[in-house]
Amino acid sequence: MPPGIDTGDTAWMMTATALVLLMTVGLGLFYAGLVRAKNTLNTFMMSIAALGVVTISWALIGYSLAFGDGSGFIGNFDYAFLKDVGFEPYGETTIPQVVFFCFQGSFCIITAALVSGAVVERMRFLPYLGFIALWSIFVYPVMAHWVFGGGFLAADGTLDFAGGVPVEMGSGFSALAAAIVVGRRLDYGRQALLPHNTVFVLLGAGLLWFGWFGFNGGSGIGTGQNSVLAFINTLLCPACTLVTWFLLDLVRGRQVTAVGAATAIIVGCVGITPAGGYISPGWAMALGVIAALPSYAVIVWRPRTRVDETLDVLAAHGIAGFTGILFIGFFAQADWNGISDGLVYGESALLGDQALAALVAPLYAFSATFILLSVMAFAFRLRVTERDEAVGLDVMQHGEEAYVTGEGAILVEPDGARDRNMFVTNPI
Amino acid sequence: MKLVIGIVRPEKANDVLEALYKCEVSGLSISRVQGHGGELDRVQTYRGTTVKMELSDKVRFDIAVSDDFVDPTINALCEGARTGEVGDGKIFVLPLERAVRIRTGETDKAAVTPVGA
Repeated sequence: MPPGIDTGDTAWMMTATALVLLMTVGLGLFYAGLVRAKNTLNTFMMSIAALGVVTISWALIGYSLAFGDGSGFIGNFDYAFLKDVGFEPYGETTIPQVVFFCFQGSFCIITAALVSGAVVERMRFLPYLGFIALWSIFVYPVMAHWVFGGGFLAADGTLDFAGGVPVEMGSGFSALAAAIVVGRRLDYGRQALLPHNTVFVLLGAGLLWFGWFGFNGGSGIGTGQNSVLAFINTLLCPACTLVTWFLLDLVRGRQVTAVGAATAIIVGCVGITPAGGYISPGWAMALGVIAALPSYAVIVWRPRTRVDETLDVLAAHGIAGFTGILFIGFFAQADWNGISDGLVYGESALLGDQALAALVAPLYAFSATFILLSVMAFAFRLRVTERDEAVGLDVMQHGEEAYVTGEGAILVEPDGARDRNMFVTNPI
Repeated sequence: MKLVIGIVRPEKANDVLEALYKCEVSGLSISRVQGHGGELDRVQTYRGTTVKMELSDKVRFDIAVSDDFVDPTINALCEGARTGEVGDGKIFVLPLERAVRIRTGETDKAAVTPVGA
């Protein structure tokens, strides 16, 4: 290994990368449980697809646009097609750049998959693939460059430990734009559209929390104090959000709900994402309580609007990420993070930097995604037909069902001349 | 007194319920069934196995009504379930010999008339 590589840091970052990759599968499960049974596979596949499509975008150009030197706004083409991505450490880090590339790529993958929550149950699969391929070139790398790749927010002094800007506000406000461009489901507002498997939802949320220890714990790009601080905060903050959510549920409906609990875990993990390595464990617990409030309010309010942002990516990620980013401005503590104090500890400059991030991230994510999808809508039909939407996207888009019994299924001999006449419908 | 059986597309079941409530037919049972009514078969592939699905999911309504309600019930089923394509389903009307409301022991017309109607 070249000099400057720390084996302990490298070992942890390889592990953390694998943990983050599992989050995308957990997210697929979480989303699949929240939709109707007829759209289970399509919804799950939207997350699985990101593992393939976005990884390729990331290797070809996304990584370079995020982490090449470039300008304050966007990187350059220095690392395009993996050029010069080798065993040498990236920048100040102590791990080989190949590992750094994988770790950062896993972030882009899950962020793209998160956006799918806004368009499930009606978007065609092929345009969706095109969308996430382009989104992971034009939207995510730009925002990642701002905070991780030496862009203008990082230069200003904005603190964003694990991606409140590119991942959380990036996905949340992109989701809002995507929901508006693609439009609401036919049955939205007319029928009750209920989660079909709440066990999936809980298990998915649990897997996400598990993976989030790699997501936040790895965002110090090593095993330093900020990383271990983020690790404990990733335990404490979501726990507080979870219990706060119980109380909010009790006040509102006199019962503690399971879908609410799963949502709370996500909201807590998102809230601590930007702040993990910068605030004390005590303040992380406070953040857990505070982050629950605005996200809960948006989740209650959103279904009364005409915007079918189906799986509430905006509330769970956009709003909670916004809360976390601003929270750092007040409660960051140099004693814990070794970098800067927030307003409460006598330093007012940081709050301004955090507010700037909280302003530009939603603006860019929303407008870039809105423009991207609107342009795509000229060239492609983004939605399935009304009939296909009624029958379900599993059968109509993939030719499979999640819960098939096999009753009435007649085996078709492959390529048999006799059987070709049996295809009384066009293969889908 | 008749038993009206309606077999409809699952995705139209809510529309049927809405249409039935509009004409004040509120006593009914539904079940998920699988059936075949001449519509096109769908081809599905699981790894190397290609199958055509001969049976489609349907929802079956069982509705016992007094004679005055037979036509409104049939109209509601048609109105709610029709898409115009093969596979919209069928309605069967059977004579009903007896009906008993378990709670009160009421029989026949009284038993199939909703409480308060």
